[in-house]
Amino acid sequence: MSGIPFDLTVVWAGIIVFAIIGYVVLDGFDLGIGILFPTLKPGTERDTSMNTIAPLWDGNETWLVLGGGGLMAAFPLAYAIILPALYAPLIAMLLALVFRGVAFEFRWKDAGHRAAWDIAFFSGSAVATFAQGITLGALLQGITVSGRAYAGGWWDWLTPFTLLTGVSLLIGYALLGATWLIMKTEGDIQEKAYGQARWLGIALVATIGAVSLATPFLEANYYERWFAWPGILAAGVVPVLVALTTWQFFHSLALKRERAPFFLTLALFALSILGLAISIWPDVIPGRVTIWEAAAPPASQSFMLVGAVILVPVILIYTGWAYWVFRGKTGESGYH
Amino acid sequence: MVESEVALLLARIQFAFTVSFHFLFPAFTIGLASFLMVLEGLWLATGRGVYMTLYKYWIKIFAVVFAMGVVSGIVMSYQFGTNWSVFSDKTGPIIGPLMAYEVLTAFFLEAGFLGVMLFGMKKVGRGLHFTATCAVAGGTLLSAFWILSANSWMHTPVGFAINDVGQFVPDASWFEIIFNPSFPYRLVHTVIAAFLTTSLIVGAVGAWHLLKNRNNPGAQVMFSMAMWMAALMTPVQIFAGDQHGLNTLEHQPVKVMAMEGHYDSHPDGAPLILFGLPNDKLDRVDFALSIPKLSSLILKHDLNAPLAGLDTVAKEDRPPVAIVFWSFRIMVGLGFLMLALGLFSLLARWRSKLYDWPLLHRFALVMGPSGLIAVLAGWVTTEVGRQPFTVYGLLRTADSASPLAAPAVATSLLVFVVVYFTVFGIGTLYIMRLMQKPPQIDETDLPNHPTRSAGITPAPASLAPDEGRASK
Repeated sequence: MSGIPFDLTVVWAGIIVFAIIGYVVLDGFDLGIGILFPTLKPGTERDTSMNTIAPLWDGNETWLVLGGGGLMAAFPLAYAIILPALYAPLIAMLLALVFRGVAFEFRWKDAGHRAAWDIAFFSGSAVATFAQGITLGALLQGITVSGRAYAGGWWDWLTPFTLLTGVSLLIGYALLGATWLIMKTEGDIQEKAYGQARWLGIALVATIGAVSLATPFLEANYYERWFAWPGILAAGVVPVLVALTTWQFFHSLALKRERAPFFLTLALFALSILGLAISIWPDVIPGRVTIWEAAAPPASQSFMLVGAVILVPVILIYTGWAYWVFRGKTGESGYH
Repeated sequence: MVESEVALLLARIQFAFTVSFHFLFPAFTIGLASFLMVLEGLWLATGRGVYMTLYKYWIKIFAVVFAMGVVSGIVMSYQFGTNWSVFSDKTGPIIGPLMAYEVLTAFFLEAGFLGVMLFGMKKVGRGLHFTATCAVAGGTLLSAFWILSANSWMHTPVGFAINDVGQFVPDASWFEIIFNPSFPYRLVHTVIAAFLTTSLIVGAVGAWHLLKNRNNPGAQVMFSMAMWMAALMTPVQIFAGDQHGLNTLEHQPVKVMAMEGHYDSHPDGAPLILFGLPNDKLDRVDFALSIPKLSSLILKHDLNAPLAGLDTVAKEDRPPVAIVFWSFRIMVGLGFLMLALGLFSLLARWRSKLYDWPLLHRFALVMGPSGLIAVLAGWVTTEVGRQPFTVYGLLRTADSASPLAAPAVATSLLVFVVVYFTVFGIGTLYIMRLMQKPPQIDETDLPNHPTRSAGITPAPASLAPDEGRASK
């Protein structure tokens, strides 16, 4: 692997991974609150939880558009193969996001049907998350390619492994939601969230373990990548970091820390995504298409790089400012 | 039809359905965001409470429409890949960066400041809140800039080469690609259309409340502002549309032939067909009502200028004429009705009867949705007129689709139709309910002390922009 050139395409692969981490980090917790919605009591608990994310969800979801748009722009061939391969789960995700997105507004406009919009918010969040988990699993398990197109069937994405990754992501996002609520609320909701975070944490560790054990055996080259030099470095380091983070996480819950559980969960996610990136590298479609084969020409990648280098920091600054404006505990009365 | 043709047709219907539904929302929010910016700016500049009242009135509607625009827009950004993967692979190196710039410059800007705009009134100072409103308004315009550039490139592709795997790759400066020949015209025409669409909706809401109570100051101000916009911008729009049409004639003459219903070439002056029934089988317009030579005068500024017809184009390279012919007439017809409304309002204003003529208010009320209809008709004209190509003259629609199975697309189309009509139908109902409430002047004028300690004038919680979020 030492002969890999460091070029624009590598930079863009990094940017796409960054966008995916950005998306999971930001939209993960607000999808998680949707997943936890049935466990919250109608009235104060649900209203407060919703208010913690209402000003932020739209910006969070924009990272999903950046991931998709960036993939089309920097790696059009990957976009053109992966999206048709995942037709059903992606359409399900998009429709689920419709229900969930409008519920933010609609539930306040129609008190008589608020319960129905709460169901839409929950099911939209859960289906979108499950579909994203399936997408991830389907990419890892391999996609049938012929020429420059997807050549598999319409149900290839549905296997025990993808169901496992779907469930894992549900648990992971729910944990992000619970730890976010620990940070942003007080009293009964916070107490409930502490309890949920503990159980979800245990479940997440179990599923990370299960996915990690299953992944190297999906495709021969995952196995080789992880257990041959220099992959063994990552294969050794990443699990150790995951173990340390997990220990810190449960420790912070026991100490009733308010912020640490959320950020440690984020760290777990970042490590998992890095682990996946190492598994796939330098392919974009595992075993089929490398990032260089899928890459747009340098003229396209360099044009976008100028924009990304200037604009992404600016975006991070004003997004950070918006989070700063809505910092602190969210009361049930929202932002009055 | 073989299955792949069925799948292609279904994919086209799905794209047309989802993009049409989607565009209704930005067509409204592009103008509404700017309207809110003007209202807040006027409030800060004049201190008149009525402007803040109207701001709070319209921002509730804005929030609902914007949410629907966001969720229907995400669908579009993924549908290029799911249903039009070959198009994405081939044009990604050119279209992709334009859309990536839309995300980076516009979507993040809108989304990042929307939260502060909707919920931050009490959290940040007036100046910062106004900045957030401006950022959202600017974001909607930047978004229009990039997506229309990408769309225009599909109509008038320039600055590309085709590489050895068949992709369109950039082969000139990006400036040339972004500002492709039809883009400036399409941008101006579309943005003015969005402003007009908004002013017609705002005007209809104002008119509705004036019909009930002509002394409501909020209704008066919004109606007056909307009618200024309609009166001033409609003539500009008709001119911009004409220029856009001439640009189309230069770069996509076949589309203009379909718009005009010109099956035959006219070597010495083409007639303007006002109405008729285009007949693709017999290559003629049945029952045509036409004015001799007028088309040549409009398009070439010369009564006897020759104009080529569809007989010069191979059948397989022609768009379906009837759709383009009719959608164009719907758009133009509505445009002239808007002009009539604007002139009528000028007459009423001149006679100091702007708030007193029920006939004017009824007219404005009926014209409320006309902007949305005209915008859709315009898009149908230009997009169907580009057929049978996705990249004009270079990439056929039939060669752009994903390797799709018809049952999969049929299922997704069915679900899209059911979900969109249900969810967005209910959303429209909620918007109508908000519009039905008259604007109540709850804001006292700002004291004329710019140095007064920061903070927004306290308002009853029930009319704060985030109304209802706390109510149970």
